[in-house]
Order: sequence, then C-alpha cells, then structure tokens
Amino acid sequence: MTAKKNWTFKMTPVRKVLIGLAAICLVVVGYRLAFGLGNATNLNDQWPWGLWIGFDVLTGVALAGGGYSTALIVHILHRDQFKPIARSAMLTSLLGYLLVMGGLFLDIGQWFNFWRPFVSWGYHSVLFEVFWCVSLYTLIQVLEFSEIATEKIMKPWHCKIKKLMPVLLIIGVLLPTLHQSSLGGLYLIEVGKLHPLWWSMLLPPFFLMSSFFVGPAMISVETSLAGKAYNHQVPLSVMRGLIKISGTMMLIYLALKIGDLIYRDAFKWVFSGTLEGNMFLLEIVAGVIIPIIICFSSLSSTRKGLVTFGALTVFGVILNRMNVVFTGMSKSLGGNYFPSMMEWVVSIGLVSIGVLAYMFIVENFGILEKHHDHQVLTN
Amino acid sequence: MSKAVLVDISKCIGCKGCQVACKQWNDLPAAKTSFSNDLGNPSDGSGYTWTHVRFRTVENGDEVKYRFAKHQCFHCLEPACVSACFARALQKSPEGPVVYYPHLCVGCRYCMLACPFSVPKYEWEKTFPLISKCQFCFDPDGKYDRMRHGMKPACVSTCPTGALQYGERGELLVQAWNKINSNTKYVKHVYGEKEAGGTSWLYISDVPFETFGFRTDVTTRPLPEYTESYMRMTPVVALSWGALLTGMFLYTKRRNEIAREQHDQKPGL
Repeated sequence: MTAKKNWTFKMTPVRKVLIGLAAICLVVVGYRLAFGLGNATNLNDQWPWGLWIGFDVLTGVALAGGGYSTALIVHILHRDQFKPIARSAMLTSLLGYLLVMGGLFLDIGQWFNFWRPFVSWGYHSVLFEVFWCVSLYTLIQVLEFSEIATEKIMKPWHCKIKKLMPVLLIIGVLLPTLHQSSLGGLYLIEVGKLHPLWWSMLLPPFFLMSSFFVGPAMISVETSLAGKAYNHQVPLSVMRGLIKISGTMMLIYLALKIGDLIYRDAFKWVFSGTLEGNMFLLEIVAGVIIPIIICFSSLSSTRKGLVTFGALTVFGVILNRMNVVFTGMSKSLGGNYFPSMMEWVVSIGLVSIGVLAYMFIVENFGILEKHHDHQVLTN
Repeated sequence: MSKAVLVDISKCIGCKGCQVACKQWNDLPAAKTSFSNDLGNPSDGSGYTWTHVRFRTVENGDEVKYRFAKHQCFHCLEPACVSACFARALQKSPEGPVVYYPHLCVGCRYCMLACPFSVPKYEWEKTFPLISKCQFCFDPDGKYDRMRHGMKPACVSTCPTGALQYGERGELLVQAWNKINSNTKYVKHVYGEKEAGGTSWLYISDVPFETFGFRTDVTTRPLPEYTESYMRMTPVVALSWGALLTGMFLYTKRRNEIAREQHDQKPGL
C-alpha cells in the first residue's frame, strides 16, 4: 500500500454547499449552548423529546448499525467474501456514532453535567445502559479505526493496535447488541402511552433486529453513492449475498411482528384507517415487505434492485423510529410539536459534517483500496 | 409506612390557597396569568407551578356541579421517574416523597416521558434548565423541609375545608373506603390506591376522575417492573453473548485457516 503523507481534499460545488450547511449548523449550536434548549427548539412540557432525540439519536444509532453487523459477519464469523465492504461500513458507523454523541450532547439541558451518569449510577434506567454502551462503543470504534489510521500516521502504533483488534472487535459487537435493543427498551416504560401498534415487551428485540438488517441496506446505498463518486464497484455477488442475510432477518422480524400484534390483540389497529394504522402499514409494506420481495427475487441481481432495496429498508427503519417517537406518542402526549428552523439546521448540518468527514477520510486513508485488490482477485 | 395525602374532591371549594401556599413556601416565582375557558389559572403545572387546581363543570341532566381538583406529583410508591433517571437525580425516600436532586441532573427529560401522570416539568426559558416538581415539602438540605419537622405539607396546612388530609397511607386508605362505602355520592374508586402500583396521593370524588384529565387507564403493575425485568437480563445476555462471540471468532478463524492450508497443499500434491 502506498503511504503518501500528503493530504488531499478536492473542492467541488457540492462540498461547498455541505461546508456552508455545516458552518450554519455550528453557529446555531453555539446559540443553543449559550441560550438554552427552550430558545433554540420548539420542545415543550408535552413534547420533551423531539427531532434531535428522534432522528439524530434513535434513528442515527440504528443507521450506524452497519458497523457492528459487518464486524460480526466479516471479523467474527470470518465470512471473507464480505471483506470489501468492511472498512467503509465501519467508517460510516464510527462517524454515525460521533454524530449521535454530538446530537445527544446538544439535547441535554445541563450539558456541562454530561459526565454525571459515569459516577452517579442510575443502573436501573435503560438510558443508563444506552449512555454507557454508546459512549464506550464510540471509544472502541475510534480504537478500531486507529488500525486504519496508523497505516498512514503514527505508524509505530500499528502493530500494537493490530494485536488488540480481536478484543476490540468482540467488544465492538457486544456493546451495540446491548444498546440497540436498549433504545427500544427506553419505550417499555411508555406502557399505556405509546400506541399498541408499537408498544410491546418485544420492542428491544425489534429495535435490535431492525438495526441489524438496516446495516446491509445502508451499505448498499452507501456503496452505490461511493461507487459513483470514487469510481469503484463492489462486486454484485458480494452485495447480493449480504442482502440475503438482511432479508432473512427481515422475514423473521415480520413474522415476529405479526405474531406479536395478534398475541396482544393489537392487529385490529393495522387496518383501522387511523393515522397510526396507516403509518404502521406504510412502515411495514414499504420498509419491510417490498424489500423482502426484492431480496428474494431476481430483482436483487441488478444494481438498481439493490439500491431500491437499500433505500426502502433505510426509509422503513427511519419511519419506524419516527413512528415510535412521534406518531405513536402523539395521542397520549397531546399538545403540539414541530421542529423549529434551528432544530432542522442542526440535524441537517450534523449529517453534512458526517458526509464531509467520510469523504475526507476515504480520500486520505485506506478505506476503499481494499476493494480494488479484491476486485482484481475475484473478477 | 409512608406518609400520604387524601384529597376529597367533593370538599374542595377551588380557593387555590394550596397553590399560593406552595409558591410561597418553596420560593417559586409567579406565573404570568392568562384567561382560559375555566377558572383554573394557570391551566397546567409548569417549571414554576408545582401544584395547580383544575376547574371543571359537570352536567348531569338538570344538575350542574362545579368541581375542583388539585394536581401535583403523585409520589408513586414505585416511581417510573426514579427508575428512568440514569443519574439518580430522582430518588424515592423511605418517608414517602419522591425527591429531585438538581445537582445530579443531566437534563435529559426522560423522567417527563416516563411519568404516567405527566408531572415533571422543565424550566424551558433557562439556559441551564432543571426539572421541577412537587417535593412533598420534604427537603434533605433542610431549607424547605416541613415533613421531618412533623409539619403537614404547606398545601394541606392551608386548606380551609379539610379537602386535603395528611397522614399514614394505610390509615388514609381505610378512611377513604369508609367514606365511599358510607356515602352513595362517591365514585367507588380510590384514585391512587392501585394506579401505577399505588401512589402517596389518594383521591376520592363524587364525579368521574376522567373529568379532571386523570388517566384511568394507567396500569396497576408498577411501571419500573417493565424496564427492570428487561435490565436484569443485561448481565446474563452480555456474558453469554460475549462468550459466544469469542467462541465463534476462534472457531471460524481456525476453520478458515484449515481450509486455506488444505487449499494450499492441493496443488503441491
């Protein structure tokens, strides 16, 4: 591998827009930290959690789940055929988690007090598990990434980190398994408040399973974008194989979900024609059933099919988290909430920062090179 | 046994004395007043109003009743907010009150979502806002403490009609049921006896509790049980899953190595 020390970052119009969005975001972040949540957001006593928790944290963590599912498949189960996507998937995940930590930090009122749960243990709270696991996992991912980073900078550390990798990888799969389900666990206490279409004692496994199957979906969207931008393609067979793992999990998820609805006598709500019922149908049909059909038919043998699968699945998981946070809670919480301009600007800005960081790292570290080696070998 | 208050809604005259007494005792700032369709003012609790009286008109044929219900933290026996707080900023004291410790609070607002009665409020205007709610006139620091000095909470002391009664929870429950059973006007329900596993504030009423927006569909199973049964599984899941991952890691690695060796040997043979 060539170890050039010079750093590159090409300027394009898209990147200028992203930098602009990121800059506005940082200004608003400054405003929010200086003047408080009430001034920057539309949150209120009825709606204490809004866009930042719902999208930046709950959805962000799920979409960043591609890292742990890939680590499990490639590094724990040693399915070497999926190696070409491992590094970029884990990079997206790392960036995702850093943004989640950013979003969480902005959402807490006493932000200078963020470290408190590290010493004052409210260990019976599900949020305690989420907090510990997300922070530790972000740290683990930074260490995992340092294996890649030390190929270029601080090279003497490379061998030491490499020896540590198996331990990091195992902890790095263990922690997300715990907190992905705990994010669903957060809503167990909303019994009687969260609509019966979503509230279930099975919420933790549902969140865990969906974060697992959305991983390959994110990867297929991401590799198609990166494929265009960086002119390299992951072999179709690799992507298709990966998506089959996703699809199998989605089948189990769907069966469990239907079984659970019938068991809790909540199935009647599905076709009730209410807002909740229709949003649930949209989530399941567009986000689970159609992707399953694409996955197990000839449609998944084309790049277009793969990208459609990915986009729909990602959409379904985003909608699911939004439904839990907003649609399913709106009746019991009452009142009004729609994110303020500043909330939108911060959420969009955080994503822009993530995209910029991804591009910078891909262009300066050995993230995609491995693909080329692999393509030469297999094709 | 823990302390409790029994509220007899049929005895409340809506004077709001409890509301004022609470503000004065706890040094809470006045809220900006506004008119709404009822005489409740403010119409809901806030970061600066820990208790407020709800005004409702109940029509039953020709009969019209005016009823008033004081609302504040219910001080659950097994509070959802305490189990939700990840920094132990909310704690249940053995005397009964659910107490908030601001210096431990991170401001995540999960307690607001966890509470089945929508009690905790937030100081939204402040740069560094805190949660706020009724402390049952119990203050571990001493300044606002009444309970440990043997005094009734400020609101109860002020009540001119005896609509609020302070005492041991068990005794108040007996009293409440005696009242209900001896007088047909009462709804046959002590609100707070079983709601969310039982609360330290008990209500009896001669009009339906729904009138005042009191949730009657609250589960009688203590809410912490839902999450704590899940949390209890964590160590077991973590250990066994960790062991399984390590096992799979070593097994599949070795399997691939063997496969590679066999693959490498073949051409040589």
